[in-house]
Amino acid sequence: MTLMTKFLGAAAAMALSAGAALAEPALIYDLGGKFDKSFNEAAFNGATKWAEENGGSFRDIELQSEAQREQALRRFAEAGLNPVITTGFAFSTPIANVAADYPDTKFVTIDGYVDPEAHPNVLSILFSEHQGSYLVGVMAGMASESGTVGFVGGMDIPLIRKFACGYAQGVKAVNPDATVIANMTGTTPAAWNDPVKGSELAKAQISQGADVIFAAAGGTGIGVLQTAADEDILSIGVDSNQNYLHPGKVLTSMLKRVDVAVADAMAAGEDLETGVKVLGLAEDGVGVAIDDNNAELVSGDMTTAVEEAKAKIIAGDTEVHDYTADDSCPALTF
Amino acid sequence: MERMPAWADVVLIPLISLLLAAILSALVILAIGENPVEAFNLMVEGALMRSAGWGYTLYYATNFIFTGLAVAVAFHARMFNIGGEGQAMLGGLGVALVSLYIPWPHWSLALLGSCVGAALFGAAWAFIPAYLQAKRGSHIVITTIMFNFIAAALLNYVLVSLLKPVGAMDPASANFPAATHLPTFQDMFATAENPLFRGAPANVTFFIALAACLFVWLLIWRTRLGYEIRAQGFSESAAKYAGISPARIIIIAMLISGALAGMMGVNTAQGEAERLVLNSTEGAGFIGIAVALMGRNHPLGVLLAAILFGFLYQGGAELALWTNIPRELIVVIQALVILFTGALDNMVRMPLERIFMALNRKGA
Repeated sequence: MTLMTKFLGAAAAMALSAGAALAEPALIYDLGGKFDKSFNEAAFNGATKWAEENGGSFRDIELQSEAQREQALRRFAEAGLNPVITTGFAFSTPIANVAADYPDTKFVTIDGYVDPEAHPNVLSILFSEHQGSYLVGVMAGMASESGTVGFVGGMDIPLIRKFACGYAQGVKAVNPDATVIANMTGTTPAAWNDPVKGSELAKAQISQGADVIFAAAGGTGIGVLQTAADEDILSIGVDSNQNYLHPGKVLTSMLKRVDVAVADAMAAGEDLETGVKVLGLAEDGVGVAIDDNNAELVSGDMTTAVEEAKAKIIAGDTEVHDYTADDSCPALTF
Repeated sequence: MERMPAWADVVLIPLISLLLAAILSALVILAIGENPVEAFNLMVEGALMRSAGWGYTLYYATNFIFTGLAVAVAFHARMFNIGGEGQAMLGGLGVALVSLYIPWPHWSLALLGSCVGAALFGAAWAFIPAYLQAKRGSHIVITTIMFNFIAAALLNYVLVSLLKPVGAMDPASANFPAATHLPTFQDMFATAENPLFRGAPANVTFFIALAACLFVWLLIWRTRLGYEIRAQGFSESAAKYAGISPARIIIIAMLISGALAGMMGVNTAQGEAERLVLNSTEGAGFIGIAVALMGRNHPLGVLLAAILFGFLYQGGAELALWTNIPRELIVVIQALVILFTGALDNMVRMPLERIFMALNRKGA
């Protein structure tokens, strides 16, 4: 009798925990880490917001090595977590390797791309960063008095060139004679978190006459924004809204709504629709940040120009060049 | 007279060091409000109690064996090769070129080919600092560490500009052809009813690493070249007097060292990722220094130390997965082990020596 109750109790407990585990989503951050004030942190914020609003909970992990990518995917899938959401393009291949082994688990890759035909349980979320960068480029071109603007990228990879290319095109759209100086912080992943080097690059660009600098460099951008504020010129933040870092000195931020994408995926849970989702201006996946901190920097003309450019891009009248489509950039040479 | 018996040097000192590191780690975990016993259980459970856990532990260990042996061989010639990281990166590049551009009919041939490619590229990268040391007297520590950065920049250039498939975002080469894929432990040991090592990256390269241990032992203690390397390491002037050319030994020892470090690329590029990613070495070249120190530059010691560090890596991953211990603190725990077994070696050794000498005096 007692044995029977024990068994029943154990079975009930297992059923309960299994039920609870099924409802729980998982989030895997890229090597940059959870608190980068930018891309990964946006994902964490989105997940936290979802958890607070729905009383749910989620598991997350910060990776230490490349081999852990597949490991984390497998372990979370084996534990019944669903969906398993990942940030960073580097997850494309690991997810493609793992997805078929866990057909009941939904995988999400943000910034990565997994063939939807071959892997029906994967959702690839891509952002049109070039469109958002174009808009901040328009604002930079109008705000610049010297006619020279700067761009500081993180690690020199195609994704960051995509930012730079859209930005340069936006600047040249409002001021065809403008000079765009583009620098990359480095060639190793350390370039994502080197605020000192970011600061040096910003100083070098200022000495070449730049008076607006767009930083698309993760943690390195913090140094760029700081130096721009110290030297009394304007800067542009990236991914999250960074206007608050230096009120009145940050012209705007190029928003990439990773938080919304994560929260939406978690809200959908196991019923998540898979496939490929491209979030551009039309879907409000990217955009510019206007708030109290930069309101006085943004003139009425600027707002009009941005709105106009946005409408044209959405309507298809303006084609913003995507660097990653053909690995080349008509508006800027690297 | 020996200050203390060999077993104390080889077994007791590392064990005491590990114990000290464990106690300090436990205090760290306690300080952030987690349970150290539970954390330790989780590490053991995840790294050693499941076959897939062993698959990861041995995968990491394979990397550390190669880089540890690389440091050990160079150290026998009194060369401090801290460029294992760069040599391993270049080794990976060698593996990628061999795997991508030669149409291999079978994985066994591809494995041979990529071992040669990895060893050649790693050795070539070690050759320049070795030459500069031997002929120009530029210090090997400075040049090898500088070559790590050059290797990172070179690899970045090659991956982004030459090997990356058009349109791909990841700075990585294309996937290697299926014929070059190495059998993993899962392929080798799993059966239908007993799915061992599921999804784990440990592969046939582990056995190459074991063979490399044997090779290094034979080389250092059973060949004339090994004798010359050790003679050079003990005293360069004495070696010179005995007719051994220091320049030749420096270059040869560094070439072997670089080749061993480079062969790590077979494990990471061909065995695990089946393509070359930018960050494929992930500091294993530096861990190799700690592994060699802890293993007393002996292949058997290197093997054991490498498995210990493999356990720390895999156990650390389990901690990250199932607890709220942040990633930085897992690195702290790993660093404590390195600190105690490598840098603070004398802290344990000197009191121990005193104890043994006191005991000897009483005995005599």
